Amino acid sequence: MEGNLPLIWRKFGERYDLDGNKCTTCGTAYFPARAVCPQCRRKGKLVDQKMPKTGKIITFTELFSGPAGFEHETPYFIAIIELDNKARLLSQVVDSEKEKVKVGARVEKVFRKISDIDPEGPIAYGYKFKVRD
Amino acid sequence: MIGIVGYGTYIPKYRITVEEIARVWQKDGKAISKSLNVKEKAVGSLDEDAATIAVESARRAVSHAGIKAKDIGALYVGSESHPYAVKPTASIVADAIGASPDLTAADLEFACKAGTAGIQMCMGLVGSEIPKWIKYGMSIGADTAQGRPGDALEFTAASGGAAFIVGKKKEEIIAEIEDTYSFTTDTPDFWRRQQAEFPRHAGRFTGEPAYFKHVMRAAEGVMKMVKMKPKDFDYAVFHQPNGKFPIRVAKMLGFEREQIEQGLTTPHIGNTYSGSMMIGLSSVLDKAKAGDKILAVSYGSGAGSDAFVLKATKNIEKNRPTSVFEMFKDKEYIDYATYAKFRKKLKSL
Ligand SMILES: [Zn+2]
Repeated sequence: MEGNLPLIWRKFGERYDLDGNKCTTCGTAYFPARAVCPQCRRKGKLVDQKMPKTGKIITFTELFSGPAGFEHETPYFIAIIELDNKARLLSQVVDSEKEKVKVGARVEKVFRKISDIDPEGPIAYGYKFKVRD
Repeated sequence: MIGIVGYGTYIPKYRITVEEIARVWQKDGKAISKSLNVKEKAVGSLDEDAATIAVESARRAVSHAGIKAKDIGALYVGSESHPYAVKPTASIVADAIGASPDLTAADLEFACKAGTAGIQMCMGLVGSEIPKWIKYGMSIGADTAQGRPGDALEFTAASGGAAFIVGKKKEEIIAEIEDTYSFTTDTPDFWRRQQAEFPRHAGRFTGEPAYFKHVMRAAEGVMKMVKMKPKDFDYAVFHQPNGKFPIRVAKMLGFEREQIEQGLTTPHIGNTYSGSMMIGLSSVLDKAKAGDKILAVSYGSGAGSDAFVLKATKNIEKNRPTSVFEMFKDKEYIDYATYAKFRKKLKSL
């Protein structure tokens, strides 16, 4: 992770607080932020925009073997989430009972550790989601 | 006028009962639970630490206060389980809640009372002439407290946190801080060296010369300053290393059981260390009405106590957050094996 630090650091706003942007021409919200609005092209005007912290599950899967750094967290859920402004993202779903994780379930953003592999290295923090009761 | 303009509490979802911990070590769980007056404790998940708990508490406090995070000019995080030995938790929190970059921030450590020391620092900065630009200060007490497996502390050492925002605008203050006083001595009742994983404590030494002496002297000191007696308070809240000590110290000081009941949270979630008294005070603010007087006293090993006298204003009734007791209900029980995994007690994790 240390080699990637500058890259990760530039994404703190995105990871910590869902900083994205929005095209004021067509009203589409983007997460992560885009350099150009694919719909409006040169007519589009993009402004920084924080994404809403709530949304719903579009689709999900339960993982039983995780990638490096996530081995001890299995089984866990990952889901495509549609935020209240229609922007979509992929996120881990935590602190939610199995029976509550389903398509259409309302979720809210939480702040968690994303990876903490090397005991002497930096800790990565960012967003995950949990099902709202 | 200086006071609290908002507060927020975060308690992780997972719980382990004292009986389950006792089962593993073949001890009498019912008897231990009764003698500590603690039923269960809150446990942070694998991906939670003092920083994530501080962020969640801070967010809730900002939302309760209804202020802009950018207007927070000072931010302190008190903890004995900061994720890094060097690298502040406070800057992570400031960035995550959108308070950076125009603020001063630092991590504090004074066992279980660093968060209340932070409140005093915020009072000074918010109330002083220089600097003028600090409108609000935030202090957070957050911990993922660790007890060595099999040690007495393991029954109570819990995860959780609370954040308080200090401000000076009369129309925003929900509880005025009428005065504060502290009592501090070098008393080695509990410590953890830099490279050590678990803290050590001096057994019985943690009682009379440590907790009771410091809490009493701080409480008596602040009451003398404001010329008040225990009967003049509607609520009193004390640091709660277990469910018994605060009840006993209240009695020794001359408080009735009814005055401390609302602030007694350790029986439900264990000792959240830096969060302990601050979560208790949050629970009291959940119920306090305009004019109610509150005595709040923290305790940190090593050793010291910060005492505060607060008076709730009419603003407190306008906007109540989800109550602390309501948060206790959002829970899921785990067994010792899951607990050991979550808190990384297994060496391979
Ligand atoms: Zn567009």
